[in-house]
Amino acid sequence: MKDTVDSYVTEDGRTIGKVLMDMKNITLRFGGVEAIKDISFDIREGEIRAIIGPNGAGKSSMLNVISGFYNPQVGEVWFRGEKRPPMKPFQVARHGIARTFQNIALFEGMSVLDNVMTGRLRQMNTGLFAQALWWGKAQREETENREAVEKIIDFLEIQAIRKTPVGRLPYGLKKRVELARALAAEPDLLLLDEPMAGMNVEEKEDMSRYILDVNDEFGTTVALIEHDMGVVMDISDRVVVMDYGRKIGDGTPDEVRGNQDVIDAYLGVQHD
Amino acid sequence: MSADFLYGIEVVINGLMAGVLYALVALGFVLIFKASGIFNYAQGVMALFAALTLTGIMSGQVPFSHLINAIFGTEIHHFGWHVPALLAIILTLLVMIVFAWAVQKFVFRHLVGQEPIILFMATIGLAYFLEGVGDLMWGSDIKTLDVGLPQGGSMWVENATSGLGGDDFYGFFIDKLDMVATVVAAILVIGLVGFAQYTKQGRAMRAVADDHQAALSVGISLNFIWVLVWSLAGLVALVAGVMWGAKSGVQFSLSLIALKALPVLMLGGFTSIPGAIVGGLIIGVGEKLFEYTIGAPYLGGATENWFAYVLALIFLVFRPQGLFGEKIIERV
Repeated sequence: MKDTVDSYVTEDGRTIGKVLMDMKNITLRFGGVEAIKDISFDIREGEIRAIIGPNGAGKSSMLNVISGFYNPQVGEVWFRGEKRPPMKPFQVARHGIARTFQNIALFEGMSVLDNVMTGRLRQMNTGLFAQALWWGKAQREETENREAVEKIIDFLEIQAIRKTPVGRLPYGLKKRVELARALAAEPDLLLLDEPMAGMNVEEKEDMSRYILDVNDEFGTTVALIEHDMGVVMDISDRVVVMDYGRKIGDGTPDEVRGNQDVIDAYLGVQHD
Repeated sequence: MSADFLYGIEVVINGLMAGVLYALVALGFVLIFKASGIFNYAQGVMALFAALTLTGIMSGQVPFSHLINAIFGTEIHHFGWHVPALLAIILTLLVMIVFAWAVQKFVFRHLVGQEPIILFMATIGLAYFLEGVGDLMWGSDIKTLDVGLPQGGSMWVENATSGLGGDDFYGFFIDKLDMVATVVAAILVIGLVGFAQYTKQGRAMRAVADDHQAALSVGISLNFIWVLVWSLAGLVALVAGVMWGAKSGVQFSLSLIALKALPVLMLGGFTSIPGAIVGGLIIGVGEKLFEYTIGAPYLGGATENWFAYVLALIFLVFRPQGLFGEKIIERV
């Protein structure tokens, strides 16, 4: 069983480490509706972990629990071996969890470079007054972070649009800029909410490649949501399958593919 | 050049300088509106309150002295000291920052996600509350504010320009205080724009103005940014209060100058810092020039009271988003 070992090496030679995030018995309710019902799963260091399921399965709710936009009524969230108290989204972000959004949440009026620079706020520690007076430390910090951001911009091949206001970019590029901003935070855990939604086949392939490259190059742990099964199965190490707020499958893509509950959920077999 | 034409130029110059003060008040509105969608009716009262506090601190007045005397039967009014202008300005700024924090903590924090009209009503309440607090703290008498700014016409400008016209032209009359106000406002605006453009907090400020959810996801605390924005609006109010107070005394009608910022905002757009500046200048020049060319000779004068609003109305009809505002596009 892979669950019990400290670390293992994948077929393509990447090392998957110990458990980074552990979700224990999460239940999330909105009034009388249970969006998530008693779900437990973990995310290991260095892996690409997918959460899939049909529309309305509770995938986005789960991602919002991880990123602090929702706080579950029942259950515990463990991150880096510590139990996490209820947090606001900005505190979660400062704890090293970066995310993207299904419907893209970028700063439309700001340039690509400025958008990606906002991702570096976690790394910039000079106080308000030093910033206001533009003291040496503030200036040095800006330069250092600018360098880090330029590397990410190169990596995702968006140099040509660095100074363009994001509002003017086409959809596919916006998705990439959002990924760049999340990466700029150098997160311990990168959450991607339907990174391929609304893309054509070619764009989906590009995005898959970037996700794999990010994971490979920076060793970033990635958790992503998708309802398109095909792409996800190709790039994920392990997959959680949700349906109607419950977990119906968890394992490697091959294990999940053979799971009868999963097949039923995707084919729309009637529930009791 | 004819004297009439030269006096016209003088009117324009004076209009520009009055416009700078309008722009300053409008700028306070724009800062808060952009970051939080709140139309802050209390901006004018904040300028009044800042000016009252500054004069109070400088003259060593005891805050809430009426209240204290009424309760304890004492007769204290003054500490008996005078605080130098610069120190008093810094202290006043601290008061404005505390005010910003309190407004966020006790009012707007609890109104997140409410309709704009409710936020607007809250600021009306805030305006009258703050006016009352100002009265209670410092008294309602008219005070003179003397922070050492130069007063009166500039002889230097008058002498240097008197040669431009004939014998019936004596040179441009320009108020020294207006010149100082213009320079200070320009420095303030450049500083604010630089802060917003090139610093971490400025970038966070712009991010919050753009998209709250995205701002949260990169680790920006909305509360902190809103306190920051209200503090900056407090700083702008302080500068506006000092300039207006030095010009016409610190009195409660000062809060009405905020209403002059409304046409400025309609002209420039509610979300644009350059818009506030250009709008202020256009209103300042427009109303002075209209008074000089049409108002005084044909309409019996005093057109400055309403001209700005008529201009704003015309703008509302033809370009409702203002000169620089974001275009309102309705998709069907």
